[in-house]
Amino acid sequence: MLIVNQFVLPILVMLPFVGALIIGVGIKQHKLGSVFGSGFVAILGIIILTSVAHIPFDGEILIQSWSWIEHIGLYFAFRLDGLSLLFGYLILIIGLLVIIYARYYFSTKDCICRFYVYLLLFMGSMLGIVFSENALQLVVFWELTSLSSFLLISYWYHKDESQSGSKMALTVTGAGGLAMLAGILMLGNIVGSYNISDILASGDLIRNHELYTPILILILLGVFTKSAQFPFHFWLPHAMAAPTPVSAYLHSATMVKAGIFLLARFYPALSGTPEWTAIVPTIGMLTLLIGSFFAMFKDDIKGLLAYSTISHLGLIVLLLGFSTPLATVAAIFHIINHATFKASLFMVAGIIDHETGTRDMKKLNGLWFFMPHTATLAMVAASAMAGVPLLNGFLSKEMFFERALQDSPILGVIEPILATVAGIFAVAYSIRFIHDVFFNGNGKNLPKEPHEPPRFMKIPIDFLVIACFAVGTLPMFTIAPMLAVAVTDTLQSPLPEYSLAVWHGFNLPLMMSFIAFFGGIFVYYNREVLFKWYEKNLSKIDARVPYNKTIDSIFKFAEFITSKFDVNSLQNMIVWFIVTALFFGLVGFTYFDSPILGTREFLSPDWITIITALILVAGVITTVGLHHNRFVALITIGIIGLIVSLAFIKFSAPDLALTQLSVEVVTIILILLALYYLPQYTPKESSKAKLYRDGFIATISGIFIFILTLAVLSREYAPIGTYFLENALSGGGGTNVVNVILVDFRGFDTLGEITVLAIAGIGIFAMIQGIKLYAPTANTQGLPWSSDQYPLIVKTLTRLILPLMLMVSFYIFLRGHNLPGGGFIAGLITSVALIIQYLANGIEWTQKKLKFTKHSVIGIGLLISTITGLVSMILGYPFLTSAFTHLHIPLVGDIEIASAIAFDMGVFLVVVGSTVLILVQLGRLSLSSHEHTIKCSEGGN
Amino acid sequence: MEIIISFVIAVLCSGGIFLILKARTYPIVLGLTLLAYAVNLFLFAMGRLNINMAAILKSDVQSYADPLPQALVLTAIVISFAMTAFVIVLSIKAQSEFNTDHVDAKEDTK
Amino acid sequence: MINHIPILPLLIPLIAGFLLLLFKDFGLKFQRILSISSIIVLFIVSLIALSEAIDKQYITYILGNWEAPFGIILVLDKLSITMVLLTTVVAFFALAYAISENIDSKGANFQVLFQLQLFGLNGAFLTGDLFNLFVFFEILLLASYSLLLHFSNKEKTKAGLHYVIINLVGSTLFLFAVGTLYGILGTLNIADLALKISTLDKENLNIIASAGLLLLVVFGLKAAMFPLYLWLPKAYSKTSAPVAALFAIMTKVGIYAIIRVHGTLFGEYAGELAYYHTTWVLVIGIITLIMATFGIMSSKEIKNMVAYLVLASVSILLISVGINSKDAISGTIYYLIHSTLISGGLFLLADIIVNSRQSDLLTQQTPKLPNARVVGILFFGYAIAIAGLPPLSGFFGKIMILYASLDNQMYPIIIGTILLASLLIIISLAKAGTTIFFNTLITDEPLQNNIAKHSVKIVAVLLLIAPLMVIFANPITSFCNSIATDIFNVNGYVNAVLHKQIIGG
Repeated sequence: MLIVNQFVLPILVMLPFVGALIIGVGIKQHKLGSVFGSGFVAILGIIILTSVAHIPFDGEILIQSWSWIEHIGLYFAFRLDGLSLLFGYLILIIGLLVIIYARYYFSTKDCICRFYVYLLLFMGSMLGIVFSENALQLVVFWELTSLSSFLLISYWYHKDESQSGSKMALTVTGAGGLAMLAGILMLGNIVGSYNISDILASGDLIRNHELYTPILILILLGVFTKSAQFPFHFWLPHAMAAPTPVSAYLHSATMVKAGIFLLARFYPALSGTPEWTAIVPTIGMLTLLIGSFFAMFKDDIKGLLAYSTISHLGLIVLLLGFSTPLATVAAIFHIINHATFKASLFMVAGIIDHETGTRDMKKLNGLWFFMPHTATLAMVAASAMAGVPLLNGFLSKEMFFERALQDSPILGVIEPILATVAGIFAVAYSIRFIHDVFFNGNGKNLPKEPHEPPRFMKIPIDFLVIACFAVGTLPMFTIAPMLAVAVTDTLQSPLPEYSLAVWHGFNLPLMMSFIAFFGGIFVYYNREVLFKWYEKNLSKIDARVPYNKTIDSIFKFAEFITSKFDVNSLQNMIVWFIVTALFFGLVGFTYFDSPILGTREFLSPDWITIITALILVAGVITTVGLHHNRFVALITIGIIGLIVSLAFIKFSAPDLALTQLSVEVVTIILILLALYYLPQYTPKESSKAKLYRDGFIATISGIFIFILTLAVLSREYAPIGTYFLENALSGGGGTNVVNVILVDFRGFDTLGEITVLAIAGIGIFAMIQGIKLYAPTANTQGLPWSSDQYPLIVKTLTRLILPLMLMVSFYIFLRGHNLPGGGFIAGLITSVALIIQYLANGIEWTQKKLKFTKHSVIGIGLLISTITGLVSMILGYPFLTSAFTHLHIPLVGDIEIASAIAFDMGVFLVVVGSTVLILVQLGRLSLSSHEHTIKCSEGGN
Repeated sequence: MEIIISFVIAVLCSGGIFLILKARTYPIVLGLTLLAYAVNLFLFAMGRLNINMAAILKSDVQSYADPLPQALVLTAIVISFAMTAFVIVLSIKAQSEFNTDHVDAKEDTK
Repeated sequence: MINHIPILPLLIPLIAGFLLLLFKDFGLKFQRILSISSIIVLFIVSLIALSEAIDKQYITYILGNWEAPFGIILVLDKLSITMVLLTTVVAFFALAYAISENIDSKGANFQVLFQLQLFGLNGAFLTGDLFNLFVFFEILLLASYSLLLHFSNKEKTKAGLHYVIINLVGSTLFLFAVGTLYGILGTLNIADLALKISTLDKENLNIIASAGLLLLVVFGLKAAMFPLYLWLPKAYSKTSAPVAALFAIMTKVGIYAIIRVHGTLFGEYAGELAYYHTTWVLVIGIITLIMATFGIMSSKEIKNMVAYLVLASVSILLISVGINSKDAISGTIYYLIHSTLISGGLFLLADIIVNSRQSDLLTQQTPKLPNARVVGILFFGYAIAIAGLPPLSGFFGKIMILYASLDNQMYPIIIGTILLASLLIIISLAKAGTTIFFNTLITDEPLQNNIAKHSVKIVAVLLLIAPLMVIFANPITSFCNSIATDIFNVNGYVNAVLHKQIIGG
């Protein structure tokens, strides 16, 4: 019991969720199982709540809190006070009644367990809202009600109106919820805590803060959307597509009341300001009038009830808007009364629908003779709705009239009049409901022969109607205490003086009630006129039309923007990228007023350099100019590459020159092979404008790079490079510093680099599978390619060259550590040698000669490089630590055998493996394509 | 000298960019190659320019070029080689599947 | 005795990679076992590493025994190992799905490429050296190219072509940026760069500023920030589901790089350059979010929609990185973990849906799904998670970020954009869900169930992350907070790498 006490509130809130889980997973399709399960949950909930109900009555507040996301002030916190107690009972009791009712409402073919799962989810969310102590946690449950109501409304998901209705409800209430989230975030930020106790305690701070108005508006958006206030009321009638038990629960007692609950909850913190008394009552009054007026004209029973609900919600909001203690009393009182009579009326509507197969009051008449019991219940409930004496509706209606007379802040005398008008219509539509459905002639071709529903379907209604009557006659002995605690904890201040007596003597409110009553009868008597007028003017109004229009136009706009930007063209992407890069590059230079160029003096240029540079520039220009003729462009590219490697030599970087050169060769071979399949010429397709655009972008980028390079080169810097020079020999055991860096200092980079090569190799291998290519039999001039694939001279020549080249590469490999060279260059040379064999002698021949699969070569290469690293780990050094000794080999010279050399070996292998793999793959393609073309030609003749 | 090298890099760069803005795979490959040259030279130049300095440690030489950028360029060259190879094969694949070398697989307008 | 733990997350997939390569012909089953077990080992190792990182804060690893800044150094801290762990988890689910749907058998070397992809990713997360970061970017990119094009069709090839080329241009820019930094600061080690920038003389400010922003563009391309995300929707929606799921981490690499590199180089000691990049990140993030939302709304295909959803989650990360406060970064980490796993799972789910309804089109009405009940529940769950609705992790991540934004003077715009975006995303998802599950054709020949049982299970298990992250929000967020503290403690990082303090720190 102690444990329960300690966790009583979280247990109470989590109970329905657990129940939903058990029913959803465990009980599955068993119909009664799900009914009793959820019934049990509700009853247990009521018991638990009752076990702690004494606390608010003792004038205390029970708060149970655990830290959740502390640094943003989110706590797993619950609070039990009068207000939450009242709502808790409403949710649980009416929930229980709906559970019983629904079991008879649904036909057996409906997967009823799904319904109960959703219902429990919703119940849990509602309890979460009313018992939350932390405002952020409240938002969590708030959004959960939106989600679970989406599921409930879309329960019959094949119907169009369910789909549209549920989406509309989700959108409107969800939107409001998000606005409210923003409001609450700001609210808590002002207060410095999201705990409701703290928020309620700091009302003045909030009301005087400059952000009060935006916060109020944001939170009210949440309230008004949830409680279907004008102009957001339109979702409620469409939510009537839900099964009637859902409407009885969500749209009378609970979900639509959540907004009002929030209004009451934050009442002490937000109410009483000019903004409040300007916005809240106005909206409330408008809603009250619109709701009660339109209810009159709905032929669908549920439609009528929906609009009546809207009007009553408006009434409550209006009362809270007055923000006087007594108005609050009336509001809370009416919350209870409305819940009771409206829930019962919805259930009656469900019964009628169930027993007659229609809800259309044009068809339904004279049901009194078929279902007197139901009719009696309906009449009592409807009278309560109309505010007939001796029923609960009357009492709160009286209070309302009284407040309208005394508290009306803005409109003075107009407010009571409007209130009376609303009252008139309330009476009118109540009469219509009773008269049309139960009397007024006989039913017209009803789908079913009507009769009384099963007994248990009426019990919930009996209970509610008795409640209406009990409260209406003996308020002091029934509802008074509950009302009292609820009001005190809403106001957070001592209770005002008020009497719940049934009879206050002849006073103005009573007069207004009389006017409303007889006015209502009068209006109903002359309804035909009104109906005609309504038909002519207002019946066309359908909220869905403007709503869908707005939604559609937003989506249209989105599509327009997206289609303009995401055009799925590579050039487009690249342009965006380069422009962005340029923009940011240039922005960087505008931050500070530091000079663009530095003071470092430049080397004096010499003619050879200038001329070579000019050649290179010319090369670039021709490449760009003649790129349409692809072969020429390839040659010029080759020249440019050569010059670049020359530049490396010139500026004392022989290693780079060697590498650049060997890479150049392989690349050119690759492109040549590619060119064999690709078109020989690039069509001139780009328009003048595009050419100018590209030219412009290219030039600007060029200028930027020029400035950037010069800006750096004109400055001094203190590189870490010197360290390598000092340690290369001593620590790395090599005099070729660059190579030592590669295999030792930054060996890890090299490991990565060969991995890249390896991936390229195997990636290409994977990619190339299943390509079908049709090699051209003739070039574009129509000259046929030589069918003699492997000329004799070349064959013999290359076979002679091979060993020589291998020798060279071996030599370069060995000296790598001390003189320009190393595994990578050696590897490339070897690959070139092998590739030449392939080119000259054909793939079969070469394959026969060298029996190794490239994959395993690559694999072994990686293996070796990695193992050299691992060895050092075993020896207790970090990965890739190298060790070395020197030994003298004639001719080659003084070689150090560094573990790095093993590493370099790995590099060598990977290079050979990958390069050969790539090129052989292409070679294969050409081979297959040749065979293919030959086949084709044979097929041809 | 620095001005020349900067100019050369710039020219290579704009040439490359101009070519990668073309709609066909082949010029893009060329463009990428040019860009690779440009960036290699750039990286290399970041070690500042040195004429006839020893790249290999000798007992009698005092001043050497900053070796690190060279090492970086070496890595860069290799990587760009791998990438170029990949793109080339990819362009062939594209050609074989779309029957055009247009990067957006638009049919040739003839 | 040195602690080898930082290198292990790299060695495991690397070794697995070339073992798979060597034993190419041992058959599919062998390859799968090897691949999966490699990931499991990786997971265990990362867990150990995480626990060590939590009590040691920084564990550096001096490769080749050449101390920083001269050699390359690995830095294992909470942030980097969290990313590694995250990668491993996503990889596990992606691979499991690939195996259960038999995707890896459709072309050559899938497993090898997958492992090397992990090698690249983990390297990028763990390295402390800018150029080395470049190398690992290339590794993970090339691997991703190959995976994207694996067993490709026309659509894939086109998307792949665009993806490859745009990224090659990106890499070139990366080299320009790194080069510039070296040319002025003469070093490549991230900590050392930060140190040098803290004592940068006035006349070099602009160049460094420019280089830093260029670097931002490079990372922005990976992270898919506006206007550089154009490669993402097609690349993600056209490739095979497991690859797309693995790619869920790829965009986060960009985010990580911004946090790590820019956060360190241009941290509090960078003088006038301190956090000068964040404003840009924030603004761009907001624009990206708007565009992503529009993309979601206008998606006509399921997978395309998912791709844009990923983009939206990335942009929220950009925003919170841009807000750049301790709370914001802590929210970033939380949201990053959530969004990576959820979007990964979402790609798998989308694949299941598309395969079972045999159409990717949202405009097309199809018969009731054979596995409608389960898949429907999963879709609902994933939709809630990704749209950031309660009660799943997305909502709490978002709240953390919104809360952090309150200190930023742009908070009305930030909050407004994020909340409006969420609303529109919810509407779009509701639309999509209605078309897929509610608005079905009534036909007499129902669709055949062509989904392996396990595939659905995998997706379901992955979804459990969302509620778990909510239930254990308390410890997780305090962990995120401690990461955020580390990130803002630049000196701690520098000190761990170089054993020096930044003056004034």
